[in-house]
Amino acid sequence: MVNISTKKYIFSKALDGYFTGVHKAYQFTTLFFKEAFKRPFHLLELINQCFEVGLKSLPLITLTGFIVGIVFTKQSRPSLEDFGATSWLPSLIGIAIIKALGPLVTALICAGKVGSGIGAELGSMKVTEQIDAMEVSAINPFKYLVVTRVLATTITIPILALYCSFVALYGSYLNVHAEETSSMISFYRSAFKTISFLDIITSVTKTIVYGFTIGIVGTYKGYNATQGTRGVGKAANQAVVLAMFLIFIEEVIIVQVANWIRYY
Amino acid sequence: MENLKQHSINKDEKVISITGLYKSFDDLEVLKGIDFDLFKGENVAVLGKSGSGKSVLIKIIVGLLKPDRGEVIVLGKHVDQLVGKELDALRIRIGFSFQNSALYDSMNVYQNLAFPLTMNVKNLSKGEVDRAVTEVLDSVGLANKIKQMPSDLSGGQRKRIGIARTLILKPEIMLYDEPTSGLDPITSAEIIELINEVQQQYNTSSVIITHDLTCAKSTGNRIAMLHKGKFLKVGTFEDVFASDNEQVRGFFNYNFIQ
Repeated sequence: MVNISTKKYIFSKALDGYFTGVHKAYQFTTLFFKEAFKRPFHLLELINQCFEVGLKSLPLITLTGFIVGIVFTKQSRPSLEDFGATSWLPSLIGIAIIKALGPLVTALICAGKVGSGIGAELGSMKVTEQIDAMEVSAINPFKYLVVTRVLATTITIPILALYCSFVALYGSYLNVHAEETSSMISFYRSAFKTISFLDIITSVTKTIVYGFTIGIVGTYKGYNATQGTRGVGKAANQAVVLAMFLIFIEEVIIVQVANWIRYY
Repeated sequence: MENLKQHSINKDEKVISITGLYKSFDDLEVLKGIDFDLFKGENVAVLGKSGSGKSVLIKIIVGLLKPDRGEVIVLGKHVDQLVGKELDALRIRIGFSFQNSALYDSMNVYQNLAFPLTMNVKNLSKGEVDRAVTEVLDSVGLANKIKQMPSDLSGGQRKRIGIARTLILKPEIMLYDEPTSGLDPITSAEIIELINEVQQQYNTSSVIITHDLTCAKSTGNRIAMLHKGKFLKVGTFEDVFASDNEQVRGFFNYNFIQ
């Protein structure tokens, strides 16, 4: 039997835990901005992390982008054919991929692949006292491990998103080309015809925010991992779930802000 | 043992001085008024059961944890009042050997040893780093493992590399957290010998956290018996062993039966 006072206690404890967590995450993010602009910059580790995040994600991004391009074209064609508007296909695909699908698909893949990797790596370092070992060797583990990883995802994910969009457009072009004669130049020209400078800026801004989110969530969860190996798995899992959740919220906010800018 | 006894201890120079130290985690009081001194050149073994607060004590000494109350002076500095570069400058002078070695598992042995050196001493040439790494690896007897990854090493070898990693910064104080736990008796004896060699070769003062009586007896010039956050008895092994205190007797009897 759980009485009302016990329920109240559990609820207040959960609420307290939630706000403590939010406060800790805020402090962690603030510390990142403080440390990011202070020497030493650990450039070698930053390059190494960019390589880990960027180059190692390329095969997956290439495959996914290519398939998204093909599938989206295949599914859009019948609807446009009904209205005799197949000539609008490249523009439709351009808008969909550059403005939404390219950044979002890249962010979700990286949240899964990179975010979980960072969460698990730092979580494992935390529970095996490797982070403490850095600290007692007079090395700032936050700067060496967190700042470099967050900067790497913030720099690399926008580049990956642009690459993903171009690969998706290429997949789409191949599908269009199989159905009708069309040169690659005219396809890309049509695809970009309806894309404005604001769209490109919005898209790049989104990916910078997604990159930062994936990095900060992954490092936060890993850096604060507890409870041994179970905690490592939990950190990796939470890094993915929370990053994806935040990415969707950010998507809505950024699109809304971009629309306000466009209309006013 | 012979070397240990010959080692000179300077009773006029305290390298660690702790007074009235208290530490709690939420409602759990771990340290309840610790007073402790470590003299230059001395090895003190802190004995106690799991959960008695031994590891918390050395984590406070190195500044990984902040005390709730009390004064912790290490090499003349109030550790709990230091932050940033001042704390880093002190930590370079303290070596900390972790219970599970805490080797960086993404780096090989060479990188594990070179990492703290290159991060703390600027403008070192590759040759200087190589020489320093080879020197400490020689001193722990594992020069042939330089290219191995930590996962390829045995428990005893990992402990040795962990000690070597701290020695590369030439510390004045060594803190050992359970140096023989999880090791077979022969490897334990080798680690004990290494701790004594380190004291001789690098002229360090050490705090050895352990629940292994053999380790405490062989490495400690003094023994401090910690129980439920308080020192029950501090003195030579013979003094502590002769104590009438029920808890101390219980700990010794249990170890000998084991």
